Amino acid sequence: MRPFEYGNPSTVKQAISLLGSDWEQAAVLAGGTDLISLMKDYIDTPKRVVNIKSISALRGASEVNGGLRLGATTTFEDLFENPAPLRDFPSLRAAIDGIYSAQMRSMGTVGGDLLQRPRCWYYRNGFGLLALDSKGQSLVPHGDNRYHAIFGNAGPAYFVSPSSLAPPLVALGATLRIQGPKGERELPVAELFRIPRHTGEREHTIQPKEILTEILLPASARRLRNATYEVRERHFMDWPLATASVALRMEGRRVRQARVVLGQVAPIPWRAEGAERELAGKTLDEAVATRAGEAATVGAHPLSKNGYKVQLVRVAVKRALLAAIA
Amino acid sequence: MADQDDLHHSTGSGEPGDDNSASDRESSKGFSRRQFIKGTGLAVSASVFVPDGLLKAAMPEETPGVSGPGEVPVRLRINGREHQLRLEPRVTLLDALRNRLDMTGAKKVCDRATCGACTVIMDGHPVYSCTVLAIDAQGKSIETIEGLAPEGKLHPVSQAFVDNDAQQCGFCTPGFVMAVKAFLDKHPHPTYDEVRASLGGNLCRCGTYMGIRKAALEAAAKMAGKGGRL
Repeated sequence: MRPFEYGNPSTVKQAISLLGSDWEQAAVLAGGTDLISLMKDYIDTPKRVVNIKSISALRGASEVNGGLRLGATTTFEDLFENPAPLRDFPSLRAAIDGIYSAQMRSMGTVGGDLLQRPRCWYYRNGFGLLALDSKGQSLVPHGDNRYHAIFGNAGPAYFVSPSSLAPPLVALGATLRIQGPKGERELPVAELFRIPRHTGEREHTIQPKEILTEILLPASARRLRNATYEVRERHFMDWPLATASVALRMEGRRVRQARVVLGQVAPIPWRAEGAERELAGKTLDEAVATRAGEAATVGAHPLSKNGYKVQLVRVAVKRALLAAIA
Repeated sequence: MADQDDLHHSTGSGEPGDDNSASDRESSKGFSRRQFIKGTGLAVSASVFVPDGLLKAAMPEETPGVSGPGEVPVRLRINGREHQLRLEPRVTLLDALRNRLDMTGAKKVCDRATCGACTVIMDGHPVYSCTVLAIDAQGKSIETIEGLAPEGKLHPVSQAFVDNDAQQCGFCTPGFVMAVKAFLDKHPHPTYDEVRASLGGNLCRCGTYMGIRKAALEAAAKMAGKGGRL
């Protein structure tokens, strides 16, 4: 780890004043489960680290205007120990239960889950987010791409979005509050993520001088039938291989509107719009869920070693849908 | 001082400004790094009672609200005892424990928040001490494996590990013991499946999981028999 200055502000305003105009100047430290490892590997080498865990206003879950507000530094353990605020959101609960490790739950925060960097092993081994060789060609298409993207992978990015919470939050229509030097802005969770187009562009739209402060779920999201299904290589010690999160506006047994969001299969949380269209207006049963799973795979372009993920998407979508109406 | 154990940086041939720690410089003069680390540990023990104010006065902050990157005073409460150290902000709790306080029970294995060998309990929660900055652990109550055997008497969790053959090489054991203790402190009457799930953050390459789960259940039963948590 490179040496760094350490700031420990007690307000968001102080924290923002300590951040820099580019990522090399300063990094925000919450649970640290990703940042500290990135710094040890010299992938991130900020001159200053700003701890935001001492800002008490950023931690906790509460009901606001009938919806749910999650402070960015709320830990997974906070919600695991006291899941009452998640009572209408089994899709979020499933994602949190999927964080296998008690230590990770104690340290990891909901904001950090959204802002963790990709687990792509080329990125983690110093080849950059776009995994380029010395000639500027991506190492992924002809390399070991078994965990890489099957959607949104026309280039130049092939990594997958690793967030556990992003698929359910996007499906539920959650928004984020982000504070910066010029004040506060609110944006849909989906707009936090982007596919980088060139070296130097991050996969998050948050700016170096900004801090993610809150996750907000609208009251209307409580009326959505929702579920998340994660497919794993092993039960513990790993990120999922594919995740499907669904949120359904129902009229009796008929689906009026569906949102189906996939995780771990694209550089961003991936809206499976084909599945959403397949579901609209249908009475949801196993046959419809199966067809929606099939529709979710339309547009998939597996790489040389990750064709298996197409089948995982089929299965995850079907099982998430059936869980939502169970 | 963060990477004292990191052999890649011990030759002093790294990039300029890269982990140029005192231990590296000393090792190039023919000092054993281990000797040096031990020496630092002793020096630290001697400085336990230096008042905070004196240290701050000697090291004025350059930017308001920011400290480091050089050594700064760090006060840690470990197993009920206060320790006053001087550490760079980049030093992890694990490195502070092992290299500065000579508490080598918590092990450095993956050093990337995965394997659990470094597990300690912080404010009642199990954490990967390799991935907590020591400076961030100030004001917290930290429990390490060393705190489980005061006066040589084993804690029921440690004893149950011995009785159930719950270790082979033993390197992961302190982390497992602390993870089990943290779990049983909050869940005194667990089922087998709950014990299994609670240990999802610890790895044993020897494969002693069956013994560890049995040990956890036995420790829970013994502690419950004595009126709950110890």
